[in-house]
Amino acid sequence: MKTFALAIAVVILAVLPLWVGGTYYINVASQILLYAIFALGVNVLVGYAGLVTLGHAGLFGIAAYTAARMLSRDHGHVAAIAGALALTLLAAVIFAALSLRGTGLGFVMITVALGQIVWGIAYRWISITNGDNGISIAGRPSPLGVSLASPAAFYWATLTLFLLAVASMVIFVASPFGTSVRGTRDQPRRMNALGYHVWLTRFLAFLFSAFWSGVAGLLFLYYNQFVSPQMVALTASAEVLLMVISGGTGTLLGPIVGAALVVIMKNVASAYIERWNFVLGAIFVAIVIFMPEGLVPGTARLARWLRTAQRPAAPTPVAAPAPGSERGR
Amino acid sequence: MNLWFVLAVNSITLGGLLFLLSAGFSLIFGLMKIPNLTHGSFFMLGAYLATSLLARGLGFWTAAVVSGLLVAALGGLIERLILRRLPGAELAQVLVTLGLSFMIADVCLKVWTGDPIRIDTPDGLRGASSMLGLRFPTYRLAISLIAMVFAAVLWALLDRTRLGAMIRAGVDDPEMARVAGIHVSRLFTIVFCLGAWLAGFAGVIGGPILSVYPGLDQEMLPLALVVVILGGSGSLLGSLVGSFVVGFLYNFGQAMFPELAYVVLFLPMLLVLVVRPQGLFGRQAM
Repeated sequence: MKTFALAIAVVILAVLPLWVGGTYYINVASQILLYAIFALGVNVLVGYAGLVTLGHAGLFGIAAYTAARMLSRDHGHVAAIAGALALTLLAAVIFAALSLRGTGLGFVMITVALGQIVWGIAYRWISITNGDNGISIAGRPSPLGVSLASPAAFYWATLTLFLLAVASMVIFVASPFGTSVRGTRDQPRRMNALGYHVWLTRFLAFLFSAFWSGVAGLLFLYYNQFVSPQMVALTASAEVLLMVISGGTGTLLGPIVGAALVVIMKNVASAYIERWNFVLGAIFVAIVIFMPEGLVPGTARLARWLRTAQRPAAPTPVAAPAPGSERGR
Repeated sequence: MNLWFVLAVNSITLGGLLFLLSAGFSLIFGLMKIPNLTHGSFFMLGAYLATSLLARGLGFWTAAVVSGLLVAALGGLIERLILRRLPGAELAQVLVTLGLSFMIADVCLKVWTGDPIRIDTPDGLRGASSMLGLRFPTYRLAISLIAMVFAAVLWALLDRTRLGAMIRAGVDDPEMARVAGIHVSRLFTIVFCLGAWLAGFAGVIGGPILSVYPGLDQEMLPLALVVVILGGSGSLLGSLVGSFVVGFLYNFGQAMFPELAYVVLFLPMLLVLVVRPQGLFGRQAM
């Protein structure tokens, strides 16, 4: 049943450019998928490892800026993409080594600071990043001879990467590594006592998360064919965190639903009001107050409650603890 | 006046402003374990409120104190109505304070538009004054003095009064402080309001130097973060030392590596994290 639903969903997504009607909607769908990849990556840390990051836009940006810079210097797409991912992972090693010096709040604060360093470079180091003007690139690549210039072609490429990302997450969650990452979130001391290397587990989770953030950054670059410091601002890190949390942390579907929700809201909201940031902030506050565990678990709880409400004899479900309430170490 | 001297004076001024901003941040973080990401917004909001009060004809210092009080009232509301409900939920606190900072920034943009607003230097403090054979810009000197006075007052408050002893007890061991009969949750509100007041006040007196513009909040917040990571959370001395380190790095960095000034700022923070993760004067690791 589950496999069947999944197959239907994939087919619907695959033929989306044929039924959705209009390039505008295809582009929105591409945006949703590329942000979903980003959110899935961030969810590895926020959801499974219990480490809240507010600096991932930095990694997202490093990938995009590196590729943009290499492309503007007439390196090929292959070299640019490889270089971008390599530099993103290198940056992630440094980010992880520093931010894992703290846990809980310390981790959050350090990631904010690291993210701001990247923003500072993007904004101020004009000879490298062209400052506020950003960098434009000439065009999209043509993997296997298929041009990605059209919105539909780009959508399919993004979808392919998105499905790869989902598959990697499914494997990750089921793997012993995924289990140990969740273990370090829930019981870091016990994991340590059991002989697991808590720091190393978190470090590897960070790199895994950074890899998909980098891929999303590259897609962002190719989608817009332009990068500017705005994509590495604190707001961008906050936005992706909103996607993860609004959908529900530590679930596979949550970040995807969250990405769709935020991208659609952003597109709809910007048509009616000029200030997306106010809405973003208000949603943060509302979610924390009214649905602390996120939309997907929240809705699931509501559905469970409705079902049990019809059978009065059933025991009342116990509310799950709020995510992030676990203290590290 | 040679360049180095000017830079040093500017560094001390910025350090003083940062101290006012980060002392509250550090106390809130140390006592309540709340990463108050609205702190930069308090700074900016204070400055914006003062521009309106000044336009109504209030004096500079009255406007500074009153703006601080308004910001403190807002801070008190945020603490009482929202943060109070989220004890120990770090993720929720990060999200709420971040969300509120976006909302405040947007309201400011709507009310005071996107153009930078200058706050005039108060009368009597314009120009330069001579001291020890050197000429100082009077207003910058005044800011440094105010920061020093506040440092002394805060130190006396924390170290010499009953309230201060209770706050220190709360920072070190909130559970034991509660058991000992200290009303920790009332302390939370007091410290939060005090921190908000200091931030709002700092925004106003920083106005004549920095002026007020959208994005000021997100520029100041990371500076406060760096100061606290450098100095250690909950430590007044740490905030003081951290503020001046950051003040000097920022000004000298900007003069020597203009493109990398912002990055230079974070280097000592990284060093401290590697060598001494609890910060220079902090007692517990973050």
